[in-house]
Amino acid sequence: MTAVTLKGHVGVGPKVTGIALVSADNFSARYDLDRLKGVFSRPAHKLAGQSYVGKVLVLNAAKGGVATAWMLHEMVSRRMAPLALLLNFANPIMAQGAAFADFPLIDRFEDDITRLIRTGDEVTVDPPAGLVTVRRLS
Amino acid sequence: MRLNDVEKAMLAGAMGAPRRIAIEQQIAVGRFFDAEDFVEVGQAHIMADTESLGEAGVAFLERLAQYPENERQVRIPTITDPRGADFKAYKRINHAEEFVALEKRADAAFRALGVLMTDTCINYQTVMAPVKGEHHAFGDTGVVIYCNSVCGARSNYEGGPSALAAALTGRTPRYGFHRDSHRRGQSRFVLETEPVNLSDWGAVGGIVGRAMRSYWEVPVIEGVATAPSSDAMKHLGAAMASFGSTAMFHMVGVTPEAPDLKSAFDGAPPKPIVIRRADIDAFYKQYGANDDRLDVVVFAAPQLSILELRDLASLLDGKRVHESTALLAATSPENKAAANRMGLTKGIESSGAILLEGVCFYQMHARELGAANGWTRLMTNSAKLVNIIGGYGYEPVLASMEACVESAVAGRIRR
Repeated sequence: MTAVTLKGHVGVGPKVTGIALVSADNFSARYDLDRLKGVFSRPAHKLAGQSYVGKVLVLNAAKGGVATAWMLHEMVSRRMAPLALLLNFANPIMAQGAAFADFPLIDRFEDDITRLIRTGDEVTVDPPAGLVTVRRLS
Repeated sequence: MRLNDVEKAMLAGAMGAPRRIAIEQQIAVGRFFDAEDFVEVGQAHIMADTESLGEAGVAFLERLAQYPENERQVRIPTITDPRGADFKAYKRINHAEEFVALEKRADAAFRALGVLMTDTCINYQTVMAPVKGEHHAFGDTGVVIYCNSVCGARSNYEGGPSALAAALTGRTPRYGFHRDSHRRGQSRFVLETEPVNLSDWGAVGGIVGRAMRSYWEVPVIEGVATAPSSDAMKHLGAAMASFGSTAMFHMVGVTPEAPDLKSAFDGAPPKPIVIRRADIDAFYKQYGANDDRLDVVVFAAPQLSILELRDLASLLDGKRVHESTALLAATSPENKAAANRMGLTKGIESSGAILLEGVCFYQMHARELGAANGWTRLMTNSAKLVNIIGGYGYEPVLASMEACVESAVAGRIRR
Protein backbone atom coordinates (compact mmCIF):
# COMPACT_ATOMS: atom_id res chain seq x y z
CA MET A 1 0.00 0.00 0.00
CA THR A 2 1.63 3.22 -1.19
CA ALA A 3 1.20 6.40 0.78
CA VAL A 4 1.04 9.78 -0.96
CA THR A 5 1.55 13.03 0.93
CA LEU A 6 -0.33 16.18 -0.11
CA LYS A 7 0.59 19.68 0.97
CA GLY A 8 -1.89 22.36 1.94
CA HIS A 9 -1.79 25.52 4.05
CA VAL A 10 -1.12 25.12 7.75
CA GLY A 11 -4.50 24.34 9.31
CA VAL A 12 -6.11 24.21 12.73
CA GLY A 13 -6.98 21.35 15.09
CA PRO A 14 -5.25 18.08 16.06
CA LYS A 15 -3.73 15.32 13.90
CA VAL A 16 -6.19 12.48 13.11
CA THR A 17 -6.48 9.41 10.85
CA GLY A 18 -9.70 8.15 9.28
CA ILE A 19 -11.59 7.11 6.16
CA ALA A 20 -12.38 9.71 3.48
CA LEU A 21 -15.80 10.70 2.12
CA VAL A 22 -15.19 12.75 -1.04
CA SER A 23 -17.25 14.93 -3.37
CA ALA A 24 -16.53 17.86 -5.66
CA ASP A 25 -19.58 19.59 -4.11
CA ASN A 26 -19.40 22.40 -1.54
CA PHE A 27 -20.16 22.52 2.19
CA SER A 28 -22.29 24.25 4.78
CA ALA A 29 -23.40 22.52 7.98
CA ARG A 30 -26.71 24.43 8.11
CA TYR A 31 -27.64 24.05 4.45
CA ASP A 32 -26.44 20.53 3.77
CA LEU A 33 -26.76 18.39 6.89
CA ASP A 34 -29.35 16.70 9.07
CA ARG A 35 -27.17 16.95 12.15
CA LEU A 36 -29.47 14.81 14.29
CA LYS A 37 -29.27 11.86 11.90
CA GLY A 38 -25.68 12.59 10.84
CA VAL A 39 -26.39 12.55 7.10
CA PHE A 40 -26.25 14.98 4.19
CA SER A 41 -29.86 16.11 3.81
CA ARG A 42 -29.96 18.75 1.08
CA PRO A 43 -31.49 16.88 -1.88
CA ALA A 44 -29.27 18.63 -4.43
CA HIS A 45 -26.02 17.80 -2.62
CA LYS A 46 -23.93 15.08 -4.27
CA LEU A 47 -23.58 13.28 -0.93
CA ALA A 48 -27.33 13.44 -0.11
CA GLY A 49 -28.32 10.57 2.18
CA GLN A 50 -24.75 9.60 3.10
CA SER A 51 -23.47 9.55 6.68
CA TYR A 52 -20.60 11.89 7.45
CA VAL A 53 -20.10 10.90 11.10
CA GLY A 54 -16.49 9.96 11.84
CA LYS A 55 -15.40 10.53 8.23
CA VAL A 56 -12.67 12.75 6.83
CA LEU A 57 -14.87 14.96 4.67
CA VAL A 58 -13.18 16.10 1.46
CA LEU A 59 -15.11 18.81 -0.41
CA ASN A 60 -14.52 21.77 -2.68
CA ALA A 61 -15.38 25.06 -0.96
CA ALA A 62 -17.16 26.46 2.05
CA LYS A 63 -20.52 27.89 1.05
CA GLY A 64 -23.51 29.37 2.79
CA GLY A 65 -23.77 31.18 6.07
CA VAL A 66 -22.15 31.58 9.43
CA ALA A 67 -23.87 28.83 11.43
CA THR A 68 -21.18 26.21 10.84
CA ALA A 69 -18.96 28.09 13.30
CA TRP A 70 -21.18 26.97 16.19
CA MET A 71 -22.39 23.76 14.56
CA LEU A 72 -18.97 22.05 14.39
CA HIS A 73 -18.70 22.48 18.17
CA GLU A 74 -22.26 21.26 18.67
CA MET A 75 -21.73 18.18 16.50
CA VAL A 76 -18.44 17.34 18.25
CA SER A 77 -20.17 17.57 21.65
CA ARG A 78 -22.70 14.88 20.60
CA ARG A 79 -20.07 12.72 18.84
CA MET A 80 -21.99 13.25 15.60
CA ALA A 81 -19.29 15.20 13.77
CA PRO A 82 -17.05 14.38 10.86
CA LEU A 83 -13.51 13.44 11.94
CA ALA A 84 -11.88 16.22 9.90
CA LEU A 85 -12.56 18.55 6.99
CA LEU A 86 -10.38 19.05 3.91
CA LEU A 87 -11.40 21.77 1.46
CA ASN A 88 -9.93 23.41 -1.58
CA PHE A 89 -11.10 26.73 -0.15
CA ALA A 90 -12.29 27.28 3.40
CA ASN A 91 -13.96 30.53 4.36
CA PRO A 92 -13.47 32.31 7.69
CA ILE A 93 -16.48 30.50 9.17
CA MET A 94 -14.88 27.07 8.75
CA ALA A 95 -11.60 28.28 10.25
CA GLN A 96 -13.35 30.03 13.16
CA GLY A 97 -15.55 27.01 13.85
CA ALA A 98 -12.60 24.64 13.69
CA ALA A 99 -10.58 26.85 16.05
CA PHE A 100 -13.50 27.01 18.51
CA ALA A 101 -14.16 23.25 18.40
CA ASP A 102 -10.48 22.19 18.13
CA PHE A 103 -11.52 20.39 14.96
CA PRO A 104 -9.01 19.38 12.23
CA LEU A 105 -9.22 21.55 9.07
CA ILE A 106 -6.80 22.09 6.17
CA ASP A 107 -7.37 23.94 2.87
CA ARG A 108 -5.47 25.49 -0.08
CA PHE A 109 -3.76 22.38 -1.46
CA GLU A 110 -1.39 22.42 -4.43
CA ASP A 111 -4.03 20.73 -6.58
CA ASP A 112 -7.76 19.95 -6.44
CA ILE A 113 -8.07 17.90 -3.25
CA THR A 114 -11.37 16.35 -4.36
CA ARG A 115 -9.53 14.69 -7.27
CA LEU A 116 -6.52 13.54 -5.28
CA ILE A 117 -8.44 11.63 -2.61
CA ARG A 118 -11.14 8.98 -3.22
CA THR A 119 -13.97 7.90 -0.96
CA GLY A 120 -12.69 4.97 1.12
CA ASP A 121 -9.05 6.08 1.20
CA GLU A 122 -7.38 6.09 4.61
CA VAL A 123 -6.24 9.63 5.31
CA THR A 124 -3.98 11.11 7.98
CA VAL A 125 -4.69 14.79 8.50
CA ASP A 126 -1.88 16.82 10.14
CA PRO A 127 -3.09 20.45 10.49
CA PRO A 128 -0.01 21.85 12.30
CA ALA A 129 2.12 20.72 9.34
CA GLY A 130 -0.52 21.38 6.67
CA LEU A 131 0.00 17.83 5.38
CA VAL A 132 -2.34 15.00 4.38
CA THR A 133 -1.14 11.43 3.88
CA VAL A 134 -3.35 9.23 1.68
CA ARG A 135 -3.33 5.40 1.61
CA ARG A 136 -5.49 3.73 -1.01
CA LEU A 137 -7.15 0.71 0.58
CA SER A 138 -8.73 -0.75 -2.57
CA MET B 1 1.16 37.43 14.35
CA ARG B 2 2.56 40.65 15.77
CA LEU B 3 0.88 41.47 19.08
CA ASN B 4 0.85 44.85 20.82
CA ASP B 5 1.06 45.22 24.59
CA VAL B 6 -2.71 44.99 25.11
CA GLU B 7 -2.93 41.85 23.02
CA LYS B 8 0.04 40.31 24.84
CA ALA B 9 -1.66 41.04 28.16
CA MET B 10 -4.86 39.37 26.98
CA LEU B 11 -2.91 36.34 25.79
CA ALA B 12 -1.10 36.11 29.14
CA GLY B 13 -4.43 36.08 30.94
CA ALA B 14 -3.85 39.42 32.66
CA MET B 15 -7.29 40.59 31.53
CA GLY B 16 -9.10 37.42 32.58
CA ALA B 17 -9.73 33.96 31.18
CA PRO B 18 -12.54 34.90 28.74
CA ARG B 19 -10.28 37.37 26.89
CA ARG B 20 -7.38 34.89 26.93
CA ILE B 21 -9.57 32.15 25.43
CA ALA B 22 -10.92 34.61 22.86
CA ILE B 23 -7.55 35.87 21.66
CA GLU B 24 -6.08 32.37 21.50
CA GLN B 25 -8.91 31.43 19.16
CA GLN B 26 -8.39 34.59 17.10
CA ILE B 27 -4.66 33.95 16.77
CA ALA B 28 -5.37 30.44 15.43
CA VAL B 29 -7.69 31.95 12.80
CA GLY B 30 -5.21 34.73 12.03
CA ARG B 31 -2.45 32.20 11.40
CA PHE B 32 -4.78 30.15 9.21
CA PHE B 33 -5.27 33.20 6.96
CA ASP B 34 -1.72 34.62 7.29
CA ALA B 35 -2.82 37.75 9.18
CA GLU B 36 0.18 39.78 10.31
CA ASP B 37 -1.59 41.66 13.10
CA PHE B 38 -4.97 42.63 14.57
CA VAL B 39 -7.26 45.50 13.60
CA GLU B 40 -9.48 47.18 16.18
CA VAL B 41 -13.20 46.94 15.37
CA GLY B 42 -16.06 49.29 16.19
CA GLN B 43 -18.83 46.75 16.76
CA ALA B 44 -19.38 43.01 16.98
CA HIS B 45 -22.57 41.33 15.77
CA ILE B 46 -23.19 37.80 17.04
CA MET B 47 -25.14 35.05 15.28
CA ALA B 48 -26.09 32.64 18.05
CA ASP B 49 -29.50 31.06 17.55
CA THR B 50 -29.89 28.02 19.75
CA GLU B 51 -30.38 25.63 16.86
CA SER B 52 -26.77 26.38 15.94
CA LEU B 53 -25.51 26.61 19.53
CA GLY B 54 -27.16 23.45 20.81
CA GLU B 55 -26.83 22.53 24.47
CA ALA B 56 -23.03 22.61 24.18
CA GLY B 57 -22.96 26.17 22.86
CA VAL B 58 -25.41 27.46 25.44
CA ALA B 59 -23.41 25.80 28.22
CA PHE B 60 -20.27 27.51 26.86
CA LEU B 61 -22.00 30.91 27.06
CA GLU B 62 -23.22 30.18 30.58
CA ARG B 63 -19.70 29.32 31.69
CA LEU B 64 -18.46 32.65 30.31
CA ALA B 65 -21.29 34.45 32.09
CA GLN B 66 -20.08 33.12 35.45
CA TYR B 67 -16.74 34.97 35.32
CA PRO B 68 -16.36 38.26 37.27
CA GLU B 69 -18.00 41.20 35.54
CA ASN B 70 -14.74 42.95 34.63
CA GLU B 71 -13.52 39.78 32.92
CA ARG B 72 -16.66 38.75 31.08
CA GLN B 73 -18.07 42.06 29.78
CA VAL B 74 -17.63 42.84 26.08
CA ARG B 75 -15.15 45.65 25.26
CA ILE B 76 -17.05 47.16 22.30
CA PRO B 77 -20.72 47.67 21.39
CA THR B 78 -21.99 44.18 20.64
CA ILE B 79 -25.34 43.36 19.05
CA THR B 80 -27.15 40.16 18.11
CA ASP B 81 -28.46 38.50 14.96
CA PRO B 82 -31.99 36.99 14.98
CA ARG B 83 -32.58 34.64 17.89
CA GLY B 84 -34.05 31.14 17.85
CA ALA B 85 -37.45 31.96 19.38
CA ASP B 86 -39.94 34.80 19.59
CA PHE B 87 -40.74 34.77 23.32
CA LYS B 88 -44.01 36.62 22.76
CA ALA B 89 -45.36 34.63 19.82
CA TYR B 90 -43.86 31.14 19.97
CA LYS B 91 -47.09 29.45 21.05
CA ARG B 92 -48.89 30.77 17.97
CA ILE B 93 -46.58 28.74 15.72
CA ASN B 94 -46.31 25.63 17.93
CA HIS B 95 -42.64 26.24 18.68
CA ALA B 96 -41.60 23.64 21.28
CA GLU B 97 -41.13 24.81 24.87
CA GLU B 98 -37.79 22.99 25.16
CA PHE B 99 -36.30 25.15 22.40
CA VAL B 100 -37.73 28.32 23.92
CA ALA B 101 -36.24 27.37 27.30
CA LEU B 102 -32.82 26.88 25.69
CA GLU B 103 -33.17 30.25 23.99
CA LYS B 104 -33.97 31.94 27.30
CA ARG B 105 -30.78 30.52 28.82
CA ALA B 106 -28.70 31.88 25.92
CA ASP B 107 -30.45 35.24 26.16
CA ALA B 108 -29.64 35.51 29.88
CA ALA B 109 -26.00 34.59 29.29
CA PHE B 110 -25.59 37.21 26.56
CA ARG B 111 -27.11 39.89 28.80
CA ALA B 112 -24.59 38.98 31.53
CA LEU B 113 -21.81 39.59 29.00
CA GLY B 114 -23.14 43.09 28.28
CA VAL B 115 -24.47 42.26 24.81
CA LEU B 116 -27.25 44.46 23.36
CA MET B 117 -30.05 42.11 22.27
CA THR B 118 -30.94 43.74 18.95
CA ASP B 119 -31.90 40.35 17.45
CA THR B 120 -31.65 41.54 13.88
CA CYS B 121 -29.99 40.75 10.56
CA ILE B 122 -30.86 44.22 9.24
CA ASN B 123 -28.90 46.30 11.74
CA TYR B 124 -27.88 48.53 8.79
CA GLN B 125 -31.58 49.40 8.34
CA THR B 126 -32.69 49.50 11.95
CA VAL B 127 -29.79 50.05 14.39
CA MET B 128 -26.92 51.97 12.78
CA ALA B 129 -25.62 51.94 9.22
CA PRO B 130 -21.82 51.53 9.10
CA VAL B 131 -19.62 54.25 7.65
CA LYS B 132 -17.14 53.80 4.78
CA GLY B 133 -13.80 52.64 6.11
CA GLU B 134 -15.04 51.46 9.52
CA HIS B 135 -13.80 48.03 10.62
CA HIS B 136 -16.34 45.71 12.25
CA ALA B 137 -16.82 42.07 13.23
CA PHE B 138 -20.24 41.33 11.79
CA GLY B 139 -21.74 37.89 12.15
CA ASP B 140 -24.37 37.48 9.47
CA THR B 141 -23.53 36.96 5.82
CA GLY B 142 -26.22 39.36 4.64
CA VAL B 143 -24.98 42.03 7.04
CA VAL B 144 -21.37 41.55 5.99
CA ILE B 145 -22.01 41.73 2.25
CA TYR B 146 -24.27 44.80 2.60
CA CYS B 147 -21.79 46.64 4.81
CA ASN B 148 -18.74 45.82 2.67
CA SER B 149 -20.48 46.51 -0.64
CA VAL B 150 -23.12 49.19 -0.09
CA CYS B 151 -21.60 51.04 2.89
CA GLY B 152 -17.89 50.57 2.18
CA ALA B 153 -17.29 49.35 5.75
CA ARG B 154 -14.96 46.41 6.36
CA SER B 155 -15.77 43.02 7.85
CA ASN B 156 -15.17 39.36 7.23
CA TYR B 157 -17.79 36.75 8.02
CA GLU B 158 -17.46 36.42 11.78
CA GLY B 159 -19.28 33.29 12.94
CA GLY B 160 -20.79 33.31 16.43
CA PRO B 161 -17.74 32.19 18.44
CA SER B 162 -15.53 34.51 16.42
CA ALA B 163 -17.77 37.59 16.75
CA LEU B 164 -17.97 36.88 20.47
CA ALA B 165 -14.17 36.68 20.60
CA ALA B 166 -13.98 40.05 18.81
CA ALA B 167 -16.47 41.49 21.30
CA LEU B 168 -14.29 40.35 24.20
CA THR B 169 -10.99 41.55 22.71
CA GLY B 170 -12.19 44.57 20.68
CA ARG B 171 -10.29 43.44 17.60
CA THR B 172 -10.06 40.83 14.88
CA PRO B 173 -7.22 39.40 12.78
CA ARG B 174 -6.45 41.68 9.84
CA TYR B 175 -7.07 39.48 6.79
CA GLY B 176 -9.58 39.27 3.95
CA PHE B 177 -11.95 42.20 3.56
CA HIS B 178 -10.14 44.34 6.13
CA ARG B 179 -7.35 44.69 3.54
CA ASP B 180 -7.52 46.82 0.36
CA SER B 181 -6.03 44.01 -1.72
CA HIS B 182 -8.97 41.66 -1.07
CA ARG B 183 -11.64 44.20 -2.02
CA ARG B 184 -10.84 44.38 -5.73
CA GLY B 185 -13.11 42.91 -8.39
CA GLN B 186 -12.27 39.51 -9.88
CA SER B 187 -15.27 38.59 -12.02
CA ARG B 188 -17.68 40.67 -14.07
CA PHE B 189 -21.44 40.45 -14.73
CA VAL B 190 -23.56 42.61 -16.99
CA LEU B 191 -27.24 42.93 -16.12
CA GLU B 192 -29.15 43.21 -19.40
CA THR B 193 -32.55 43.23 -17.73
CA GLU B 194 -34.07 45.33 -15.00
CA PRO B 195 -35.20 43.35 -11.95
CA VAL B 196 -38.76 44.39 -11.16
CA ASN B 197 -39.12 43.31 -7.53
CA LEU B 198 -37.20 42.01 -4.53
CA SER B 199 -37.40 38.35 -5.52
CA ASP B 200 -35.90 39.28 -8.91
CA TRP B 201 -33.00 40.97 -7.13
CA GLY B 202 -32.60 37.87 -4.99
CA ALA B 203 -32.55 35.72 -8.12
CA VAL B 204 -29.78 37.88 -9.57
CA GLY B 205 -27.88 37.45 -6.31
CA GLY B 206 -28.36 33.71 -6.52
CA ILE B 207 -27.12 33.57 -10.12
CA VAL B 208 -24.00 35.57 -9.30
CA GLY B 209 -23.40 33.71 -6.04
CA ARG B 210 -23.56 30.31 -7.72
CA ALA B 211 -20.82 31.38 -10.12
CA MET B 212 -18.42 32.29 -7.31
CA ARG B 213 -15.57 29.87 -6.76
CA SER B 214 -14.84 30.82 -3.15
CA TYR B 215 -15.29 33.41 -0.37
CA TRP B 216 -12.39 35.40 -1.78
CA GLU B 217 -13.96 36.18 -5.17
CA VAL B 218 -15.49 39.67 -5.54
CA PRO B 219 -18.00 40.05 -8.41
CA VAL B 220 -18.56 43.34 -10.22
CA ILE B 221 -22.05 44.05 -11.60
CA GLU B 222 -22.63 46.48 -14.46
CA GLY B 223 -25.72 47.64 -16.26
CA VAL B 224 -27.79 48.91 -13.35
CA ALA B 225 -29.33 52.12 -14.63
CA THR B 226 -30.98 53.35 -11.44
CA ALA B 227 -29.64 52.90 -7.92
CA PRO B 228 -31.55 49.98 -6.34
CA SER B 229 -33.34 50.54 -3.02
CA SER B 230 -31.87 49.44 0.28
CA ASP B 231 -34.30 46.48 0.28
CA ALA B 232 -33.24 45.50 -3.26
CA MET B 233 -29.58 45.60 -2.24
CA LYS B 234 -30.49 43.59 0.85
CA HIS B 235 -32.09 40.77 -1.16
CA LEU B 236 -29.37 40.88 -3.83
CA GLY B 237 -26.59 40.67 -1.25
CA ALA B 238 -28.24 38.14 1.04
CA ALA B 239 -28.83 35.73 -1.85
CA MET B 240 -25.35 36.26 -3.28
CA ALA B 241 -23.83 35.57 0.14
CA SER B 242 -26.02 32.52 0.65
CA PHE B 243 -25.38 30.90 -2.73
CA GLY B 244 -21.77 31.98 -3.02
CA SER B 245 -20.37 32.49 0.48
CA THR B 246 -19.66 35.89 -1.04
CA ALA B 247 -18.74 38.78 1.25
CA MET B 248 -18.53 41.70 -1.15
CA PHE B 249 -19.67 42.87 -4.58
CA HIS B 250 -19.28 46.06 -6.53
CA MET B 251 -22.05 47.68 -8.56
CA VAL B 252 -20.56 50.06 -11.08
CA GLY B 253 -21.73 53.63 -10.57
CA VAL B 254 -23.65 52.69 -7.43
CA THR B 255 -21.44 51.24 -4.67
CA PRO B 256 -18.73 53.43 -3.14
CA GLU B 257 -15.64 51.52 -4.27
CA ALA B 258 -16.73 51.21 -7.92
CA PRO B 259 -17.42 54.69 -9.34
CA ASP B 260 -16.57 53.24 -12.77
CA LEU B 261 -15.64 49.87 -14.24
CA LYS B 262 -11.91 50.50 -14.38
CA SER B 263 -11.63 51.45 -10.72
CA ALA B 264 -13.28 48.18 -9.62
CA PHE B 265 -10.45 46.02 -11.01
CA ASP B 266 -6.69 45.82 -10.83
CA GLY B 267 -5.77 45.73 -14.52
CA ALA B 268 -8.06 45.03 -17.44
CA PRO B 269 -11.62 43.95 -16.54
CA PRO B 270 -12.30 40.28 -17.39
CA LYS B 271 -14.79 39.16 -20.02
CA PRO B 272 -18.33 39.64 -18.66
CA ILE B 273 -21.04 37.09 -17.99
CA VAL B 274 -24.38 38.46 -19.21
CA ILE B 275 -27.53 38.04 -17.09
CA ARG B 276 -30.77 38.26 -19.08
CA ARG B 277 -34.43 37.98 -18.13
CA ALA B 278 -34.37 34.36 -19.30
CA ASP B 279 -31.68 33.61 -16.72
CA ILE B 280 -33.83 35.06 -13.93
CA ASP B 281 -36.86 33.11 -15.17
CA ALA B 282 -34.78 29.92 -15.25
CA PHE B 283 -33.69 30.56 -11.67
CA TYR B 284 -37.35 30.78 -10.56
CA LYS B 285 -38.11 27.51 -12.36
CA GLN B 286 -35.53 25.70 -10.24
CA TYR B 287 -37.66 26.63 -7.23
CA GLY B 288 -41.01 25.85 -8.76
CA ALA B 289 -43.50 23.09 -7.97
CA ASN B 290 -45.20 20.31 -9.92
CA ASP B 291 -48.54 20.95 -8.24
CA ASP B 292 -50.28 23.83 -6.47
CA ARG B 293 -50.21 22.42 -2.93
CA LEU B 294 -49.17 25.03 -0.33
CA ASP B 295 -48.57 24.79 3.43
CA VAL B 296 -46.81 27.95 4.53
CA VAL B 297 -45.82 31.34 3.08
CA VAL B 298 -42.79 32.98 4.69
CA PHE B 299 -41.44 36.50 4.42
CA ALA B 300 -38.03 36.56 6.10
CA ALA B 301 -34.32 36.00 5.38
CA PRO B 302 -33.56 38.84 5.68
CA GLN B 303 -36.00 40.33 8.18
CA LEU B 304 -38.44 42.79 6.65
CA SER B 305 -37.83 46.52 6.63
CA ILE B 306 -40.57 48.89 7.63
CA LEU B 307 -41.24 49.54 3.93
CA GLU B 308 -41.62 45.82 3.19
CA LEU B 309 -44.04 45.57 6.14
CA ARG B 310 -45.99 48.44 4.65
CA ASP B 311 -46.17 46.63 1.30
CA LEU B 312 -47.25 43.41 3.00
CA ALA B 313 -49.97 45.18 4.99
CA SER B 314 -51.20 46.81 1.80
CA LEU B 315 -51.35 43.50 -0.09
CA LEU B 316 -53.23 41.82 2.77
CA ASP B 317 -55.67 44.68 3.24
CA GLY B 318 -59.22 43.31 3.32
CA LYS B 319 -58.05 39.74 2.64
CA ARG B 320 -57.99 36.57 4.68
CA VAL B 321 -55.20 33.96 4.69
CA HIS B 322 -56.72 30.59 3.75
CA GLU B 323 -57.45 28.32 6.72
CA SER B 324 -55.25 25.54 5.33
CA THR B 325 -52.25 27.83 4.88
CA ALA B 326 -50.07 29.81 7.29
CA LEU B 327 -48.45 33.13 6.51
CA LEU B 328 -45.46 34.19 8.63
CA ALA B 329 -43.37 37.33 8.41
CA ALA B 330 -40.31 38.18 10.53
CA THR B 331 -38.82 41.54 11.37
CA SER B 332 -36.57 43.16 13.95
CA PRO B 333 -37.89 44.15 17.39
CA GLU B 334 -37.40 47.83 16.46
CA ASN B 335 -39.45 47.47 13.29
CA LYS B 336 -42.10 45.44 15.09
CA ALA B 337 -42.56 48.23 17.64
CA ALA B 338 -42.75 50.74 14.79
CA ALA B 339 -45.21 48.52 12.92
CA ASN B 340 -47.37 48.29 16.05
CA ARG B 341 -47.31 52.07 16.41
CA MET B 342 -48.12 52.68 12.75
CA GLY B 343 -50.93 50.17 12.56
CA LEU B 344 -49.05 47.86 10.18
CA THR B 345 -49.06 44.89 12.56
CA LYS B 346 -52.82 45.12 12.85
CA GLY B 347 -53.10 45.43 9.08
CA ILE B 348 -51.02 42.28 8.58
CA GLU B 349 -52.40 40.15 11.41
CA SER B 350 -56.09 40.94 10.83
CA SER B 351 -55.73 38.71 7.76
CA GLY B 352 -54.68 35.78 9.94
CA ALA B 353 -50.98 36.25 9.17
CA ILE B 354 -48.44 36.23 12.02
CA LEU B 355 -45.74 38.89 12.37
CA LEU B 356 -42.78 37.58 14.37
CA GLU B 357 -40.04 39.72 15.91
CA GLY B 358 -36.35 39.12 16.59
CA VAL B 359 -36.24 35.82 14.71
CA CYS B 360 -35.79 34.44 11.23
CA PHE B 361 -37.62 31.40 9.90
CA TYR B 362 -34.62 29.18 9.21
CA GLN B 363 -32.99 30.07 12.56
CA MET B 364 -35.75 28.71 14.79
CA HIS B 365 -35.65 24.93 14.44
CA ALA B 366 -37.32 24.96 11.06
CA ARG B 367 -37.29 21.16 10.74
CA GLU B 368 -39.16 20.62 14.01
CA LEU B 369 -41.45 23.58 13.29
CA GLY B 370 -42.39 21.98 9.97
CA ALA B 371 -43.15 18.67 11.66
CA ALA B 372 -45.23 20.33 14.41
CA ASN B 373 -47.37 22.23 11.90
CA GLY B 374 -47.42 19.83 8.96
CA TRP B 375 -45.52 22.25 6.73
CA THR B 376 -43.60 20.94 3.73
CA ARG B 377 -44.41 23.15 0.73
CA LEU B 378 -43.06 26.61 1.50
CA MET B 379 -43.46 29.70 -0.66
CA THR B 380 -41.39 32.84 -0.23
CA ASN B 381 -40.01 35.86 -2.05
CA SER B 382 -36.56 35.24 -0.50
CA ALA B 383 -33.98 33.62 -2.76
CA LYS B 384 -31.82 33.13 0.32
CA LEU B 385 -34.52 31.15 2.07
CA VAL B 386 -35.18 28.80 -0.85
CA ASN B 387 -31.45 28.01 -0.90
CA ILE B 388 -31.35 27.13 2.79
CA ILE B 389 -34.65 25.52 3.57
CA GLY B 390 -34.49 22.45 1.30
CA GLY B 391 -31.98 20.92 3.71
CA TYR B 392 -34.60 21.19 6.47
CA GLY B 393 -37.04 18.98 4.58
CA TYR B 394 -39.13 21.68 2.87
CA GLU B 395 -40.08 22.00 -0.79
CA PRO B 396 -39.36 25.68 -1.46
CA VAL B 397 -41.08 27.82 -4.11
CA LEU B 398 -39.76 31.26 -5.09
CA ALA B 399 -42.17 33.97 -6.23
CA SER B 400 -42.88 37.67 -5.85
CA MET B 401 -44.41 39.03 -2.66
CA GLU B 402 -47.63 39.66 -4.59
CA ALA B 403 -47.84 36.06 -5.83
CA CYS B 404 -47.01 34.74 -2.37
CA VAL B 405 -49.82 36.74 -0.76
CA GLU B 406 -52.28 35.79 -3.46
CA SER B 407 -51.36 32.13 -2.94
CA ALA B 408 -51.68 32.37 0.85
CA VAL B 409 -55.19 33.76 0.42
CA ALA B 410 -56.14 31.10 -2.14
CA GLY B 411 -54.53 28.29 -0.13
CA ARG B 412 -52.95 27.15 -3.41
CA ILE B 413 -49.92 28.28 -5.35
CA ARG B 414 -50.87 31.05 -7.76
CA ARG B 415 -48.44 32.60 -10.24
